[in-house]
Amino acid sequence: MEVNAEARRILAVSISKLYASRSQRGGLRLHRSLLLSLVMRSARDIYHSSVPPAEPMDTSPEEPAELDLESGPQPDETSAELSLTARGGAHREEEGEPAEDKENQSPTRCSRKRRGKTSVAPHFLPSKRARLEPGEERHAALPPPPPVSCRIGPAESLTSLSLNRVIPLPGRGGPAWRSFVTRTHGGLARTRSDS
Amino acid sequence: MDKHFGTSGGVGDEIDEVQWCFSQVKGAIDDDVADADIISTVEFNHSGELLATGDKGGRVVIFQQEPESKNQPQCRGDYNVYSTFQSHEPEFDYLKSLEIEEKINKIRWLPQKNAAHFLLSTNDKTIKLWKISERDKRPEGYNLKEDDGRYRDPNTVTTLRVPIFRPMDLMVEASPRRVYANAHTYHINSISVNSDCETYLSSDDLRINLWHLEITDRSFNIVDIKPANMEELTEVITASAFHPNQCNTFVYSSSKGAIRLCDMRMSALCDNHAKFFEEPEDPNNRSFFSEITSSISDVNFSHSGRYMMTRDYLSIKIWDLNMETRPVETYQVHEYLRSKLCSLYENDCIFDKFECCWNGNDSVVMTGSYNNFFRMFDRGYRRDVTLEASRENSKPQSVLKPRKVSSGGKRKKDEISVDSLDFNKKILHTAWHPLDNVIAVATTNNLYIFQDKLN
Repeated sequence: MEVNAEARRILAVSISKLYASRSQRGGLRLHRSLLLSLVMRSARDIYHSSVPPAEPMDTSPEEPAELDLESGPQPDETSAELSLTARGGAHREEEGEPAEDKENQSPTRCSRKRRGKTSVAPHFLPSKRARLEPGEERHAALPPPPPVSCRIGPAESLTSLSLNRVIPLPGRGGPAWRSFVTRTHGGLARTRSDS
Repeated sequence: MDKHFGTSGGVGDEIDEVQWCFSQVKGAIDDDVADADIISTVEFNHSGELLATGDKGGRVVIFQQEPESKNQPQCRGDYNVYSTFQSHEPEFDYLKSLEIEEKINKIRWLPQKNAAHFLLSTNDKTIKLWKISERDKRPEGYNLKEDDGRYRDPNTVTTLRVPIFRPMDLMVEASPRRVYANAHTYHINSISVNSDCETYLSSDDLRINLWHLEITDRSFNIVDIKPANMEELTEVITASAFHPNQCNTFVYSSSKGAIRLCDMRMSALCDNHAKFFEEPEDPNNRSFFSEITSSISDVNFSHSGRYMMTRDYLSIKIWDLNMETRPVETYQVHEYLRSKLCSLYENDCIFDKFECCWNGNDSVVMTGSYNNFFRMFDRGYRRDVTLEASRENSKPQSVLKPRKVSSGGKRKKDEISVDSLDFNKKILHTAWHPLDNVIAVATTNNLYIFQDKLN
């Protein structure tokens, strides 16, 4: 159980670091975000391996408590969300893609679908989403985390953070475009045309 | 006497053990460090006469070594400020609503071809070529204007004279000659000048671009590891370098601890490596944070070009380019930190990117650590030493005393326990004079210059 608690603590620390890095000067650092997500994944794996499997929960999307890590249902999807959102967080700042306005949805409508991979708009349009700061009121609207671990802060459990809404997953559909000449005039880098 | 080592001065079976002495320290003394003054890169030029530093405020300061004094022929000249200029300014990317830091990530000198010096400096997004030149004379005796620049009334001009150059106080000018912009989506981590002296590479987290020094509006992308789906990203580029002699060869290191050597003759796009260097992970050392500690923070070739050195969080590895399966030498920099990784993760120290460097004849390697310690490893004699850069040891020519960290149990006299190390005092950037036993060690905002004791 000590390992369990340690894994949760590291998860919490990692999530807070991911949040803090969003407001860093210079934007999200891809390398750092990647390393954070790897640690989060390891912590999650250790946590799951140490927690005994629980009974299957009701999969109704109305219940954000379903995403509670402790209940353990559908760990793959939760883990997928973790890894996706961590990378999506790393990715979003760099790509600057617009995303659906997930933050203004009701907190109870917690969609667990994966975001679509296809782009809805060209990537060079600015994002119109507001930045979500930790501790915003919609977090308070969510049910409090289970009182198992007193070391994790109020907004630290994965249920209340709902990372998949804060940092949406930009999809980049289509084939990988390649070019080995990058025109630098005009400000748009990465003209990758199919070779 | 405390003896340590450096470049072997003479031939023979015995290494000349050298003692490292304090020479100079540059920078503010007070403990309140301004963010802009944090040194972010240090680099000697190819002759060692010039020493450049870049800082978080986007400034470059170049020091020049004074010629050896005739009075004291055994004493090396001091490094004094030669030129200071603002290389990069903070910028704002309006498209992505992101601020672009002015911090200088890397400086690389070009080989000198004439009286002027050239260097490349880069921040996260833009690389600039700077020309540093001296002006010690100015033209005087113009016909149409006075010496102070005021224009003469043409009616008063009755004679014609030829302007001549007269000596003036030395002025060092730094002017930006080229700006290489808008080629990197991600943050630039490395630049490296090719041995052909015409091209250079720049790398960010996912791509490496090849530039021609004369051409600023385009570059060739030679490596691209960006996956089609960013959610599949598992690895980023952390550093890259051109081979010192082979203009077709370069390497890049990754966050997974692997190094790929690429040959530009094989194909225009070097996504497929020519050689792949990776050491299998020791299962005994596997930990929660293995993926972070195995990420390579610096890679550079030996001067000979036969070896390359990589720095990860806990160790230095020397690789023979002819053997991909494992490094030929591994040096533990601060093994006592292995049990502290969780705390280092929480205080962010685990993300620190330490650099490393070779001495002139590739016999010794050096890197930094915490508590303002830095380490040297003698490859031939398998000896290592820990030294400290601090104001307390800053009497001129005072010999540095080796330091020791006790990892646990009983602490001997003069040893420092791991728990009393100051993790805010870190040495990330060091440089070794290419031809002499002179080293430059950057603490947070001070630059220390040490040299070996000449008898």
